[in-house]
Amino acid sequence: MNLNRTATWIRALLLLALLAGSVATRRHVEHLRGSQATLEEVLYLPSGKTVKNLSLGYSSLLADIYWTRAVQYFGAHHIQHAADYDLLAPLLDITTDLDPHLIVAYENGAIFLSQQRPEGAGRPDKAVALVEKGIRNNPTYWRLYFTLGFIHYVDRHDFKAAQQAFQKGSEVPGALPWMKVMAARMAEKADDPNTAGYLWRAIYETTTDKDIKQTAVKHLVSLRAQADIEELERRTQAYEQKFGKPPETWSDLIRAGLLRGVPQDPNGAPYKLRLDGTVQVEDAQKFPYLERRPLSQIK
Amino acid sequence: MTSRLSAITLNTFREAVRDRVLYNLIVFVLLLVASAPLFGQISIGIERLILVNVGLSSISLFGAIIAVLVGIGLVSKEIEKKTLYTILSRPVRRWEFIVGKYFGLLLTLVVNTTLMTVGLYIALLVTAHGLKRADALLLAAIYCIVLQFMIMVALTLLFSSFSTPVFSAIFAFALFVIGTFAEDLKNFAAVSQGAMHWAATGVAYLVPNFASLNVIAQAAHEQPISGNLLVFNTLYALLYSGAVTAAAVLIFERRNLK
Repeated sequence: MNLNRTATWIRALLLLALLAGSVATRRHVEHLRGSQATLEEVLYLPSGKTVKNLSLGYSSLLADIYWTRAVQYFGAHHIQHAADYDLLAPLLDITTDLDPHLIVAYENGAIFLSQQRPEGAGRPDKAVALVEKGIRNNPTYWRLYFTLGFIHYVDRHDFKAAQQAFQKGSEVPGALPWMKVMAARMAEKADDPNTAGYLWRAIYETTTDKDIKQTAVKHLVSLRAQADIEELERRTQAYEQKFGKPPETWSDLIRAGLLRGVPQDPNGAPYKLRLDGTVQVEDAQKFPYLERRPLSQIK
Repeated sequence: MTSRLSAITLNTFREAVRDRVLYNLIVFVLLLVASAPLFGQISIGIERLILVNVGLSSISLFGAIIAVLVGIGLVSKEIEKKTLYTILSRPVRRWEFIVGKYFGLLLTLVVNTTLMTVGLYIALLVTAHGLKRADALLLAAIYCIVLQFMIMVALTLLFSSFSTPVFSAIFAFALFVIGTFAEDLKNFAAVSQGAMHWAATGVAYLVPNFASLNVIAQAAHEQPISGNLLVFNTLYALLYSGAVTAAAVLIFERRNLK
């Protein structure tokens, strides 16, 4: 009896030791193959349509798997601020070939592709191709026109193409009226931070993706800081015209009646006033999308 | 002990042959060789690629199906026919019975795979009118497929040591599919947080990793397969199938056969 019990214990310990050994070996195999080994298989696939033919009718399930892979690939690269996102476009292409009606893959995938590096793949051309494919496959879904117009406007600065996208989207039955407003704004005041703010707010309110929401917040905060800085620089110029020299501190502007108190950026830190009268944020890293425009361009 | 193990191993192999399991080979080889000239007509420039992909995938899939369909009956059939009592009444220990069955089924699959490999090379010869150095890479892919079978046989034996044949087949096939997506599970664990992270990581390491044993795409595209990867894949298959077989022995030892 005791002998039996000892034999059982020995076998149980052997099982645990073998299991622990297999886990350690598997970790080594994963290290040898690299973390993207499974994803790199997409490079060997001739096309998503071939994968669809081989999926034996389970193409929707496979599309979900490929979409999950695309999100994980993007997430891992986004966190590491990676320099390249080479597999993102092929992953999204296969996903949408497998399921041409997977709207989330077009909407979010296009944002992943179009964002500037290192936040995204920095490939607005591929993002446009993806959304246009989405529109061909889902012509009655007007929001894809919004995404297309958004990419043309924000990433490609092609205001005419953006206007056309918003215009076409506004003609789709069920499209919200502000699509027409956006088309009009593109035609009249395309190069206006308020237009960009309006678009990013729409993205923030409609997306369910955490990363895209965070990016929208960063853009909105940067746009707000940009508007603040432009307004403050207008006031320092007014001070210089009045007193013949730029203000040295915020107190100079307050005493001159041009400011009520020390101005703060959207994160609550005071803006920095430089000796030449220009204004900066305290921590530029918190405003990754802050653009400086020459005062002559500010309307 | 060795003679007892080899006797069970050879008997299991003979039984599989008697069950006409190896007949599928004739079908496989005939189909592959006969359809080889067609590959050249249905596609331009990728006839070799299609032939290699179809051939290697069939070897893997046929083998997995045989491992499950034969493996689920290894223990239950012996109980049903009451031959198990005759075996165990001799000086054969239960663990020797399980381990012998394991090697018997593995031998069947190795013979099966060897003959299928010959068929694949004949088909390649017919299609390309000759073999080239890169074709040797296929052997590395086939070796990895055999490593997959080592794990599959251990899994089916584990399930058949305590469950009915139907449920054993379902469990084994389910694990084959999950194991094929093992790296997706690991990636999911990497991006999840808190308790979900630990639970997903645990499950990812507990299920077999068939993804790393699948090098069919590299072999088909004539990409080099590192020797280190083959060594560690072998070690992984040995350790994992050893652990699963040990679990099967533990369960079978405690099973009431009355």
